[in-house]
Amino acid sequence: MKKLFLILAGVTALFLAYASYLALKVAPTDALQGDVYRIIYYHVPSAWTAFLLFFINFIASVQYLARTKASLQKAVQWLVLAIGVIGVIATFLPQVQALLPTGMRPSAVATTVVAFPAFYFLLGWKFPGDRMDMLALTAAEVGVVFCTIVLVTGPIWARPVWGIWWAPGDIRLTSTLVLWLIYVSYLVLRRFSNSAQTQIIAAALAVFGALDVPLVYFSIWFFRTQHPQPVIGGGGSMDPRMLHTLLTSWMAFLCFAFLVCWSRFRLELLKREAEQAEAMESLVGAGTAAKASVPLSRSAR
Amino acid sequence: MNSLWAVTAATLVKDIRLEWRSKDALNSMLFFSLLVVVIFVFSFDPLAEESRHIVGGLVWIAFLFAAVVALNQTWARELRNQVLDAYRVSPASANGLFIAKTLGNFIFVCVLEALMAPLFVIFYNLHVLGPAWQLIPVALLGTWALVVNGTFFAAMSLRTRNREIMLPLLLFPVSIPAVIGMVAGTTAILTGENSAHFYIVLLLTYDVVFTTASLALFKAILHAE
Amino acid sequence: MNSFKFLVAAYVATWLIHTFYIGTLFSRYRRLRQSLKELGKRK
Repeated sequence: MKKLFLILAGVTALFLAYASYLALKVAPTDALQGDVYRIIYYHVPSAWTAFLLFFINFIASVQYLARTKASLQKAVQWLVLAIGVIGVIATFLPQVQALLPTGMRPSAVATTVVAFPAFYFLLGWKFPGDRMDMLALTAAEVGVVFCTIVLVTGPIWARPVWGIWWAPGDIRLTSTLVLWLIYVSYLVLRRFSNSAQTQIIAAALAVFGALDVPLVYFSIWFFRTQHPQPVIGGGGSMDPRMLHTLLTSWMAFLCFAFLVCWSRFRLELLKREAEQAEAMESLVGAGTAAKASVPLSRSAR
Repeated sequence: MNSLWAVTAATLVKDIRLEWRSKDALNSMLFFSLLVVVIFVFSFDPLAEESRHIVGGLVWIAFLFAAVVALNQTWARELRNQVLDAYRVSPASANGLFIAKTLGNFIFVCVLEALMAPLFVIFYNLHVLGPAWQLIPVALLGTWALVVNGTFFAAMSLRTRNREIMLPLLLFPVSIPAVIGMVAGTTAILTGENSAHFYIVLLLTYDVVFTTASLALFKAILHAE
Repeated sequence: MNSFKFLVAAYVATWLIHTFYIGTLFSRYRRLRQSLKELGKRK
């Protein structure tokens, strides 16, 4: 396992170096923004990675909650399957296709919808029992790291391009900030909760956070259409070399995120092992209270 | 006595009676609310034209802080004398307890708002330029949004180390869409510049989504040790 | 070019944040290994 990790780490490092080379040297200079636009090759892949990780956290939290009762688990599995099947069929119906925003292809929507049950069942198979909760925690923590990078690089990009550090009411920036806040509060709850059911409580909070996301998006969207905002460009088609660089960069960061998650997951496994060992020791140690080994263990505490 | 409404009614009546008899929480909350209004008056100069645009935000920030202080108190009462443990062991409906607590908090915060709002009108010399009746659904739906999540998160925070600070830490991020709805809606009505219709719909959606989620998940939270 | 320093700042900030996080992973790992070793010794 460790060898595999090292090999993957080496490959990822090379991949990241290649992606950075593409970003800095190969991609053409933007006509309007100059070279500073190259920040997007770090900013956008980090955002997509963060959203993917938060999505994984949501799926893991729902599954963890569903697993508390066998009947509930079955019901949720059927529901998820139904969402996938109905969603895919719906995107090929002309009435639904009329509702899609222009430029969004039905196959793209279908793929996104199918991701939901695909992830659900894949994660359910690979992460039994407590491991599902560990996955949720890992995904949230690494997601917060990537989201922090999005929120740091975003204003750094905005300042030279728009002249302002922060555009209040810019829907993407503000939604990302709220998402970051929600998951930081999730991590804070994990840290400070001393309940035996911390995992369930945290999973409930994750579900609340996920439910909140579309509401955040719509509230800011409407707020913005009411109030004149700084005109922020974007949209329009992208030079194919830029798109290629962006996708390569995203793949590289995904590999990197995978390795970081793997490390964090192993750390969490070790931590729970240590907690169990301590719990055993306090149980067994109490039984040997009359024996001579006690002075050593007492001073060690 | 186990049915949802019987439990809800009994718990709600008990809470209101306790509150009415002791009045300590109500009095301290009232004074706190007055102080908040006064601080805002000194911090944000109430010149008539600009004030109409910012008062929506000021009012709801004041209500938000008053609600957090109120919410922290309501579960604390249950922890004394192991009332909460007795509740968990009994076959009474968990959702009944939740609805009762939420309704109790809702009434409490509405009373505070009803007392603070005239103070804002006086200090900021407000007169409403839009349809004033719309302020009522905005206030009711907004308060419910804060209180339903606040009661749920307060129950979550009971088992954490820093209980009092944990509630706002959990509540504020998730409440952001509701806050946008409340503040933008109130400002729209006060200034008369645009319609608060969307914000009322937003608040209604928010309330439905999170009331449902809280009812679905409360039992798991209640039984956490 | 004035805006170039922003590009550098963004790239440096990204890797600083990643390095910092991985550093915390390492130190937490070390501390855990140590406490597990102590537990093993005490047994």
